[in-house]
Amino acid sequence: MKTVFELSSPGRMGVSLPELDVPAAPDLPAGLSRGSEGKTGLPEATEGQVLRHYVNLSTMNHHVDKGMYPLGSCTMKYNPKLHENLARIRGLSGIHPLVPPALAAGSLELMYRLGEFLCEITGFEGVSLQPAAGAQGEFCGLMLIKSYHESRGEPNRNEILMPDSAHGTNPATATLADCIVVGVESNEFGLVDPDDLRRKVGPNTAAFMLTNPNTLGLFESRIEELTSIVHEAGGLNYMDGANMNALLGIAKPGEMGFDVCHLNLHKTFSTPHGGGGPGSGPVACIEELAAFLPDPAVILEDDGGYKLCRKQNSFGRLLAFHANTGVLYKAYAYIRTLGAAGLREVSEIALINANYLKAKLGDYFDNPFDNGPCMHEFVLSGDRQAEQGVKTLDIAKRLLDYGFHAPTVYFPLIVHEALMIEPTETESLEDLDSFIEAMISIAEEAEEKPYLVTDAPVNTPVLRLDEVKAVKDLCIVEPVRSVGQAPGEGENL
Amino acid sequence: MSRFVPNGPAQREKMLRAIGAAKFEDLLEPVPEKFRLKEKLQLPEPLSEFELTCEFEEFARKNTGADLVCFMGAGAYDHFIPAAADHILLRSEFYTAYTPYQAEVSQGTLQAIFEYQTMIARLTGMDMANASMYDGASAAAEACLMAMRITRKQKILVAGSLNPGWLEVIRTYLKRDDFEISEIPYLDDGTLDLAIASELIKDGAAAAILVQYPNYFGLIEDLQPVADLIHEHKGLFIVAADPVALPLLRSPGDAGADIVAGEGQSMGIPMSYGGPYIGFMAARMKLARKMPGRIIGRTTDRAGQTGYVLTLQTREQHIRRNKATSNICSNQALMALANVIYLSLMGEKGFREISSQCYHKSHYLEKKLLEIPGVSRIFGNTPFFREFAISFPVSSIELRDRMIEHGFLAGIPVVELGEGAMLVTVTEKRTRDEIDRYIGAAAQVCRGGSA
Repeated sequence: MKTVFELSSPGRMGVSLPELDVPAAPDLPAGLSRGSEGKTGLPEATEGQVLRHYVNLSTMNHHVDKGMYPLGSCTMKYNPKLHENLARIRGLSGIHPLVPPALAAGSLELMYRLGEFLCEITGFEGVSLQPAAGAQGEFCGLMLIKSYHESRGEPNRNEILMPDSAHGTNPATATLADCIVVGVESNEFGLVDPDDLRRKVGPNTAAFMLTNPNTLGLFESRIEELTSIVHEAGGLNYMDGANMNALLGIAKPGEMGFDVCHLNLHKTFSTPHGGGGPGSGPVACIEELAAFLPDPAVILEDDGGYKLCRKQNSFGRLLAFHANTGVLYKAYAYIRTLGAAGLREVSEIALINANYLKAKLGDYFDNPFDNGPCMHEFVLSGDRQAEQGVKTLDIAKRLLDYGFHAPTVYFPLIVHEALMIEPTETESLEDLDSFIEAMISIAEEAEEKPYLVTDAPVNTPVLRLDEVKAVKDLCIVEPVRSVGQAPGEGENL
Repeated sequence: MSRFVPNGPAQREKMLRAIGAAKFEDLLEPVPEKFRLKEKLQLPEPLSEFELTCEFEEFARKNTGADLVCFMGAGAYDHFIPAAADHILLRSEFYTAYTPYQAEVSQGTLQAIFEYQTMIARLTGMDMANASMYDGASAAAEACLMAMRITRKQKILVAGSLNPGWLEVIRTYLKRDDFEISEIPYLDDGTLDLAIASELIKDGAAAAILVQYPNYFGLIEDLQPVADLIHEHKGLFIVAADPVALPLLRSPGDAGADIVAGEGQSMGIPMSYGGPYIGFMAARMKLARKMPGRIIGRTTDRAGQTGYVLTLQTREQHIRRNKATSNICSNQALMALANVIYLSLMGEKGFREISSQCYHKSHYLEKKLLEIPGVSRIFGNTPFFREFAISFPVSSIELRDRMIEHGFLAGIPVVELGEGAMLVTVTEKRTRDEIDRYIGAAAQVCRGGSA
């Protein structure tokens, strides 16, 4: 499709603005000014043209409201429509973050109560709503842990242990927090090997970072043993809450020996992913870590008012303002809509849906870690199909032809040709059956007509895209050549 | 059964049978008995759609600050948002999609963000931009880390006129024993003290100088001399730029910036009590491979048609793990869409008009306030944009509180500049009538009169 820049013609406008109603001030000094001819290179188009352009673009997206999105570890569940309206109520969306707290009492009350809900759900005492996404939540968690060790005179503790099945953000966060990654091996059941953990802990252990259920969709059954090993070595336990959709009302991280966890509100708590964000990654923790939480914290005062306060030993702040507040509004709405029974139902059906798919697909695809029930997701291997010359990437692309989004592929790294499938609780049995049919059909195609799979996708707005070319002939901004563009802009590309 | 879960008792039973489980609890076999919750979570009883709406309206009513006329800024601004923008943001094709990992069914998001990258690059005068960061402050912090990676130096010089909240975020991201942050003080006119900067930079240890443009006090720095200074000492020049000012100001790229980071909230995103906002990050092309975050690139499909994909992914955490340029994964993609729609609607002329009205209206208010006895400038005649620091003859905290009674969020007290110092912002949304009433109310408070 043409770019928005190609719609441009001099003189067109997409807005009407009031005339300047005050006397003009003297111009800026020439040296500081872009100049009266200095163009910004923005397009010139009418409101209708702009709308048509982005509406046409939007039709090229797969999305949850269109069809199933079984992207493992991403929890692509339905996003309630009401929540979009609620977050847009003017009193909530139109308020400046630095107003005196008494003038933002509604937002603060909501944030305080959301914090309490998240503590109850996770079994922790302290919470910060500030982190903007899961990865920033991880950073927050590791900063709490570092602050804790420093406060106890053990600044040497800088090793973060994590299994080889960890999300890529875990090791990247450890580096950002100036820590060293120590890998822990998984055993033949896809679970952390306690003996290897025992070998790896030591006087420099800062924390053990674990996703539970893990990235194979398996609950770490020996969790008590694992967290105890770390505690006995003087370290702390961090839970990556990416897979919390399996545990609502089922089990609490705070009771399993974890000391801190983050939650992905854009996964478990139904806030939309927005094509890659905004997310929100609140962090909940034990009392001993709460003193180090980032600024500011919402507190309830004796007179019933809410206040923002700075924790005395806070490690700092992560964003210029409080949080991705608009996302918090939606997560609050979700929890209030479902209540305790509704949240438990979410996890129960998420588990049933995942186990149902696993049972139905087991005859057609390899499942290297099938030792009993999975939690909310499971990981298949495309090894059997790879022998026919059909790779997991091909299977993923072929699913697009059948109207489904692909599972997460090639992750976790410990499964060859991995296909990580998470249906979520908002898919109906009928839709799950359609997905099963599509997967079986693809497995059959892989044997009989593999070219159908390796040529896929063919029913999508574009055919398979050349990622190698994208890197080799790098083009990451539109070169300047459109009508109405000032000469000189961007010509150094 | 909630309205979000379609599989009820009938489906449950059928599915459990297919799984080979007698009851749901059989699926919990891997969860040790002692960790299975025996009691329901302690949460309030569920609310219906209607009841929940009422509760939210009550929250909104308690946010009385939203009804006041806003002259506050310091990183979040009350700008006009065209109605058409939200119609695009509310398309579930965009907001219920995930990160565009499967490019063939994500061309809408991918092309929109490619256009966003282009607009940010053009506004800042840089070669390229990434697909977004969390907010301006975290983007600035990541820019510092990026400069340190590129130069292999471990010291950052930060202008003392940087937004203090941003500085706190930078300090958090750079909190390591081997990293050093030094502040360069500002002169009496509020601009960077180049003489001290020259001293601080002499040892050649600085990876970068970071200057905000306009700075925290709304003042417009002359960037070129700073660029020359840091380049002479083999460091990089980071500019934390406000995009709304850029249609009027010499672009950071033109003035010698190597990396530009900033906050995009002003471009079509509501203030929403602090977020979600969006950080942007732009750089010279030769630095693209060191940049954090997602980047969209153009390519072709098997039939030779143009298409877009996530590119340069070997920089990122899911490939490079502990060697990645950042841990960022989710960014603020939908906010980037808000920016790109806003900028498309505004266009070349509209965005320049917004910028120009912010400039003229803020100068009008400043000029009129200076006519009130006892009100004075803090930074002399230094050119400013949209925001200015001014000294009142009464305590700025008291002034702020008294102005609330008159219906105004008067500004942000900056007591470190003096007891009466206030940072005041005027966007294009403020009408002459509002500005004149503000002046009247401020004059009354300064005279010691009551509301």
